[in-house]
Amino acid sequence: MSANEWRKLFPILDQEVNGKPLVYLDSAATSQKPIQVIEALDKYYKEYNSNVHRGVHTLGTRATDGYEGAREKVRRFIGAKSTQEIIFTRGTTTAINTVARSYGMANLSEGDEIVITPMEHHSNIIPWQQVAKTTGATLKYIPLQPDGTIDLVDVENTVTEHTKIVSVMQVSNVLGTINPIKEIAAIAHKNGAVMVVDGAQSAPHMKVDVQDLDCDFFAFSAHKMCGPTGIGVLYGKKALLNKMDPVEFGGEMIDFVGLQESTWKELPWKFEGGTPIIAGAIGLGAAIDFLEDIGLDNVLKHEHVLANYAMERLSELDGVTIFGPKERAGLVTFNLDDVHPHDVATVLDSEGIAVRAGHHCAQPLMKWLDVTATARASFYLYNTEDDIDAFLKGLTTAKEYFGHVF
Amino acid sequence: MSSNLDQLYRQVIMDHYKNPRNKGVIEDNALTINMNNPTCGDRIQLTLKVEDGKIESAKFDGEGCSISLASASMMTQAVKGLPVEDAVKLAKIFYDMMLGNDYDDESYDLGDIEALSGVSKFPARIKCATLAWKAMEQGVGKPEEEED
Repeated sequence: MSANEWRKLFPILDQEVNGKPLVYLDSAATSQKPIQVIEALDKYYKEYNSNVHRGVHTLGTRATDGYEGAREKVRRFIGAKSTQEIIFTRGTTTAINTVARSYGMANLSEGDEIVITPMEHHSNIIPWQQVAKTTGATLKYIPLQPDGTIDLVDVENTVTEHTKIVSVMQVSNVLGTINPIKEIAAIAHKNGAVMVVDGAQSAPHMKVDVQDLDCDFFAFSAHKMCGPTGIGVLYGKKALLNKMDPVEFGGEMIDFVGLQESTWKELPWKFEGGTPIIAGAIGLGAAIDFLEDIGLDNVLKHEHVLANYAMERLSELDGVTIFGPKERAGLVTFNLDDVHPHDVATVLDSEGIAVRAGHHCAQPLMKWLDVTATARASFYLYNTEDDIDAFLKGLTTAKEYFGHVF
Repeated sequence: MSSNLDQLYRQVIMDHYKNPRNKGVIEDNALTINMNNPTCGDRIQLTLKVEDGKIESAKFDGEGCSISLASASMMTQAVKGLPVEDAVKLAKIFYDMMLGNDYDDESYDLGDIEALSGVSKFPARIKCATLAWKAMEQGVGKPEEEED
């Protein structure tokens, strides 16, 4: 199948926006959903909605099978050893916060270091700021190369024997940089630190193997990979998760409850307090089936072609600044001279083209780039070269529209 | 190009964007308000000189899109010379305009400000237009309100 056939599986894409065919170039913010995922959610609610792990009745068993079946799909999808290592969360943000609150707060103290990079999304910065504030640990940053990549020499120089946590995104949501996680994890481990990976922008687009990366924690969200909003995954190595305390307490996560003391269920359920995100997990499972059916290698290859084509077409326009390295994931962040990114996005929207404008939840990176905002076009399996042609035509319109101003 | 877009980016707005009025900083004895729009990165520094309950002068500096900078430019023009309470009333009229509500166009000379009425058709851009006005309100001491 080609992208033209893939896109037919996404009902939302078949519509007009402001009188023009929709061109959706904001998948790094959230992806669209294929009919298979929409139908899986529909079927769950129509046929077997029920609470999990407790009903003796038939629907309860079906719902539990669906929920736990999705966990097994996730395990296979990221190459984890055991489903005990797969914790369902609300998304990447909650997953990273869980590591910060449970592992970070318990294991760090004054004199310890947490190492991240300036390209991180706010969700991989602020949880660590909070851990540093509470524990007295220091938050350090690996400097970036001028093209927005990480040099391993800088990692070696930043990570020390005092470093307890290294947390880095696998793919940048702004620069498109693909970071050498496996190598960074090796440096972290050599220094006795654990490696946390923000996989929000990688898991949807490339084959991830957590055992090959040898990361200790890996976080990602379903909604960026054809799945529903409101569910994500925290992978953690079993030996670490076993030693960690839950961060949410209540139903579902307990073993025995006394008047003064309680004990927890085993992994992974001790981290899943409350009625879990049952429909979400089932939808995520359907999204994984969908992506594996297409093949993540094919997705990656397709996005690589699109990114190169977009870069090539953008270079035809005068007065365009492109941020990030030449070798990149499927997105292009840019600015037009004399046209603010909001104005670019509004003009494109009037042509039916959806792009993101703003700081992309990466204010420290915007500061590093010395801009207040940028525009971003991000691609997924359902985008085509025609979309990029429409995007370029829209940019030309924006330039002309604002051209008379300056 | 849609006519909505032409309503959004009227000539007078582009003129304020290109040639902002009252751009800069009032140095001596001025109220200084820094405000940003956390969802998009726009930021404004507004300096106000208020004497005897009247806004004697207003200047702004900052970064942002055409709508936010043009709105800041128009706001400083409009409130200059107004008693504080009138400036706050004018802000209320401006918010009504942004929300697409009927607005009072008789009590004050709205002048260039009316050119921004097209923003109401672009909900994502309303916050761009209101940033400078919110800064002004904060500067003259109006307690912060819930989002309307």
